Amino acid sequence: MQLAVWTYEGPPHIGAMRIATAMEGVHYVLHAPQGDTYADLLFTMIERRSKRPPVTYTTFQAQDLGGDTANLFREAVLDAYERFRPQALLVGASCTAELIQDDPGGLAKTLGLPIPVVPLELPAYQRKENWGASETFYQLVRACAAPHVPPPGTRRLRGAVPRCNILGPTALGFRHRDDVPEVERLLETLGIEVNVIAPMGATPADLARLGDADFNVVLYPEVAGQAASWLKRSFGQPFTTIVPIGVGATKDFVAEVAQIAGVAAATANGTLRLPWYSRSVDSTYLTNKRVFIFGDATHAIAAARVASQELGFQVVGLGSYSREFGREIRAAATAHGVEPLITDDYLEVEQQIAALQPELVLGTQMERHVAKRLGIPCAVISAPVHVQDFPARHSPQMGIEGANVLFDTWVHPLMMGLEEHLLGMFREDFEFNDGVSPSHLGGHAMPRPGHGAPSELGKEAAPAAQPLPAPAAVTPHAAAGDPSAAVTGTLVVAWGADAEKELKKIPFFVRGKARRNTERFAQERGIGTITLETLYDAKAHYSR
Amino acid sequence: MSAAAAFPVSSVPGCGDAPVLRERGQREVFCGLTGIVWLHRKIQDAFFLVVGSRTCAHLLQSAAGVMIFAEPRFATAIIDERDLAGLADCNDELDRVVTRLIERRPDIKLLFLVGSCPSEVIKLDLSRAAQRLSRRFSPGVRVLNYSGSGIETTFTQGEDACLAALVPEMPAEPGTARSLLVVGALAEVVEDQFLRLFAALGVGPVRFLPSRRAAELPPIGPGTRYILAQPFLNDTARALEARGATRIAAPFPLGVEGTTAWLTAAAEVWGTPAARIAEAIAPAATRARAALGRIKERLQGKSIFFFPDSQLEIPLARFLSRELGMKLTEVGTPYLHKQHLAEELAMLPEGTMLSEGQHVERQLDRCRAEKPDIAVCGLGLANPLEAEGMTTKWSIELVFTPIQGFDQAADLAELFARPLVRRAKLMV
Repeated sequence: MQLAVWTYEGPPHIGAMRIATAMEGVHYVLHAPQGDTYADLLFTMIERRSKRPPVTYTTFQAQDLGGDTANLFREAVLDAYERFRPQALLVGASCTAELIQDDPGGLAKTLGLPIPVVPLELPAYQRKENWGASETFYQLVRACAAPHVPPPGTRRLRGAVPRCNILGPTALGFRHRDDVPEVERLLETLGIEVNVIAPMGATPADLARLGDADFNVVLYPEVAGQAASWLKRSFGQPFTTIVPIGVGATKDFVAEVAQIAGVAAATANGTLRLPWYSRSVDSTYLTNKRVFIFGDATHAIAAARVASQELGFQVVGLGSYSREFGREIRAAATAHGVEPLITDDYLEVEQQIAALQPELVLGTQMERHVAKRLGIPCAVISAPVHVQDFPARHSPQMGIEGANVLFDTWVHPLMMGLEEHLLGMFREDFEFNDGVSPSHLGGHAMPRPGHGAPSELGKEAAPAAQPLPAPAAVTPHAAAGDPSAAVTGTLVVAWGADAEKELKKIPFFVRGKARRNTERFAQERGIGTITLETLYDAKAHYSR
Repeated sequence: MSAAAAFPVSSVPGCGDAPVLRERGQREVFCGLTGIVWLHRKIQDAFFLVVGSRTCAHLLQSAAGVMIFAEPRFATAIIDERDLAGLADCNDELDRVVTRLIERRPDIKLLFLVGSCPSEVIKLDLSRAAQRLSRRFSPGVRVLNYSGSGIETTFTQGEDACLAALVPEMPAEPGTARSLLVVGALAEVVEDQFLRLFAALGVGPVRFLPSRRAAELPPIGPGTRYILAQPFLNDTARALEARGATRIAAPFPLGVEGTTAWLTAAAEVWGTPAARIAEAIAPAATRARAALGRIKERLQGKSIFFFPDSQLEIPLARFLSRELGMKLTEVGTPYLHKQHLAEELAMLPEGTMLSEGQHVERQLDRCRAEKPDIAVCGLGLANPLEAEGMTTKWSIELVFTPIQGFDQAADLAELFARPLVRRAKLMV
């Protein structure tokens, strides 16, 4: 048994639902108890779909268990077929039905429906959501495309224009909706035709045509990797291995596609702004910002490259909950010189973030909350995400516009460089320091907690006359962690008046960290009272 | 005029003997585990450990939304394939997980082991596990169990199962002293309002189940009169009666009429004179009636369709039809307890279509045919119905929002008026 409060992934049948919901003309009959319909609201609320997912649940109850749940399943399949008339039917069991062993596949086959019936074996006690999506897509592709597999040894005939399929976008996928047109744009520039996009928007009939393409573009290996391997074996279609997230990866992706398609590499860079934004002097302060990255393997690995090569951050942690991609994550972590973190326990991730004290966290919805608690800026790069990360505006992660989106999204939570510089320069200024509220709020409208309401006198007076501020709880860092001497419980470290005064000169948003580092430094050396010297010794010790 | 006479009881036909459409098929409802999401806020030193699958954990996380990050007092012990290999192993594993949990959270005084579909199907004996763990962690932590599985419970029935598990833990009231027990989780603001009203009515002592702290469970005995504040408390009522308590029959405290009748029913048991009842209730009731009057303009004559969800549907339909003049089309409920709802049914307009259970596709067909002005349904159906042009009110909000009592009557009406106002306002 595993103790879990938060799970990064749902059970595998949610993955199957993501495939069925993404497609047209597919219906999924799920042998499941009352209550499992909760999953519908992920699609209708988080992704704001205007239609119910194409899923029928058998809704068996306790009183059915002694009797004929198998018959209940048969009736549900017949009902669903009559009502929805799908082109293909998926049948399977949720975690509870797996335990009662009714064999949905066998039962559905005996009904003799005139459409392909694809049985799904999704071991709910071993596997998770992404695996379920991958397996379901693979099984559907096989069921629909296998009848068209040419005999071994057949030579591929190439048309005048190279054609490809785009594989991987699903329902509930992080920015899948907007990634697809970005990738289509890249392919269009290369003069490549798109044959089928699947599963998003595809019908079973479309899957049957997958073999008509020359090669496959795999956008999300977590979902489409397995299907692409099968298509390669069966139709001789090569597939792409580079995911075009970031400027460099997009360039490499274009080169890979051009090579596979036998065309010259070309990109329309006209609207690409990340490289210039990143070079503009305002971005200098981004240099070596320490960033922690966690998410699904594809997005985490891509983010690490963008962070380090395109924004000039320093990657201090890289991890993923995608155990299936452990090898790739380990390789990427090694390349960035950090320890890989492969876990689906958010407490471990939280611990790591707290220990590393990064200046920016890139992660999932969960890391967003961890970072909020620790007072660290954060941006979301991967599922699971909440409703705000299915935005109304065009917001891809891939391709040219994707790179622009990444720049804005990641930099936004950090303070803009000019602002940071001004705060440093004018920290002693009477109306431009952390004790005073913004002038557009009247200078005293919103006192910061811990400062008390700034008095009229305080407003007028020179900085030296400011009330001695700041229990450390003023800063976000301090609010989250415990900066006090209680950390060790043995040595209580006191602050000398000079050192305390000097500490106030450090901009408030890094003051918490400085206080903490200095105290740790003093504790480790058995220094009872922190002096000016200790403060600067610690600063020198921790400077990088 | 006695306040009790303000509403007609079974002398009017109502829906007391009306036929009920009973259906089975796909149910678009939550399982009882969802009750944890509000119960853990209510019982402040209890922890809810679901013994289930990844699906159960995923459900809780989806239902709890952002609450999951505020050091929640619930979690899931996810069964994996090793646990399925043999039952003895499963119990050891559970002990290990609980031990780790209690070490991490020494503030916990009461731990619920909550059964799920998987744990019920593999027949993991959580009641024995609870006894075993209770002995081990006694006296610091008490361990109880109940089932919130989908195969046995629908949504709010999870609260029923939880409260029923608490009843045997309630201390015995010495003697036959009379006390009032209000049963069903209510918002604290509502509890406090009721306490003030009961004091004015001369009814007391008044206690609540669940209590805010596990150690302060109310005593119970033959002198205990209990009144249900929620309609879904079948098993809890039975357990209370097994301990000698007697139910005060009343409609549920929704709307001015329901709240008046509910308070009056208790006051009459305490022998409060009618004049004092009327006087105690008048200020809040008058205020609430005035507030309702303003919203009534928007709701009067509008038709409403209820999909089954929480068992609150019948009292809500009664309130909306009698106090706001709405027309009832179909009132669906997951489970209809005829005895507890007798007063409510008698007050429903004659001929109201009632349904119990669900075949969601057929019910959607009926709803589309009725074209109600507003459909009350779960979040899985709401956006799809809106996209079809229907106005909806998502039903879970009715469980999480304080809606009982006089001062919440207008808030409750507003919940139904807002989607209509919004539809009228939007010009895009």
